Amino acid sequence: MPNNISMKKKKKSFNWILDAIFGSLIGFINGFLGGGGGMIAVPILEKIKKLDNKKAHATAIAVMFPLSVVSAFVYTLTIEFNWLTLAILAVSVTAGGILGSFLLKNLSGKVIRIIFAFLMLGSGIYMIIS
Amino acid sequence: MEIFLTILFGIIGGVFGGMGMGGGTLLIPLLTIFLAVNQKLAQGYNLISFLIMAIIVLIIHIKNKMVDLKSIILLDIFGIAFCIVGALLISVIDSEILHYIFAGFLIILSFFEFFKLIKKNE
Repeated sequence: MPNNISMKKKKKSFNWILDAIFGSLIGFINGFLGGGGGMIAVPILEKIKKLDNKKAHATAIAVMFPLSVVSAFVYTLTIEFNWLTLAILAVSVTAGGILGSFLLKNLSGKVIRIIFAFLMLGSGIYMIIS
Repeated sequence: MEIFLTILFGIIGGVFGGMGMGGGTLLIPLLTIFLAVNQKLAQGYNLISFLIMAIIVLIIHIKNKMVDLKSIILLDIFGIAFCIVGALLISVIDSEILHYIFAGFLIILSFFEFFKLIKKNE
């Protein structure tokens, strides 16, 4: 029995280290690349926090929110935004996001994931060759 | 036309973002490729528009009991420290180089996605 308890303790401290490593990674990507941290947060939430797929997706947004607040603030110190473009984007992204959050509830997933992976691959390659 | 595309790209990015699938990984390349927005600027647009969207979407997800708030605390404590580092770094790096790093990041992410899809199939 005591053995069992110490193993539990060990597991807990191990998780703490994983949180530290992956939290730092997600944070750095969020600040340095301005997005995409959520893509890494989802599998981490599934594997380490044992959340199911849909919960992991929703929780990933909650993980990214405080990070994006801080990153966005640092960006505003050095970058000059076109405020009209920003306003248009904010409204349309929000409208799309509401739609997406309802879709997530009824998401079967597969086809949309394949499309998404191809879109990422395609834009990555295009960004390099263009 | 530019405004129309901006709205369209915003909606596309938002839909994926609202599903927690990484809207930014689509919005940023759409802005840089089709609207010739500078890489750093595109990243900034993505961060800020994500914020406003996330407030509303999180309310919906929390109401649906989809968010596990206790999972995020430690991740975010470390995350905040390193997002400051990352965000400060962009002010010293060339936008062109950042553009290529971002492209490499997308390609790596897509491989992970394909890998996951194949693994699920087995």
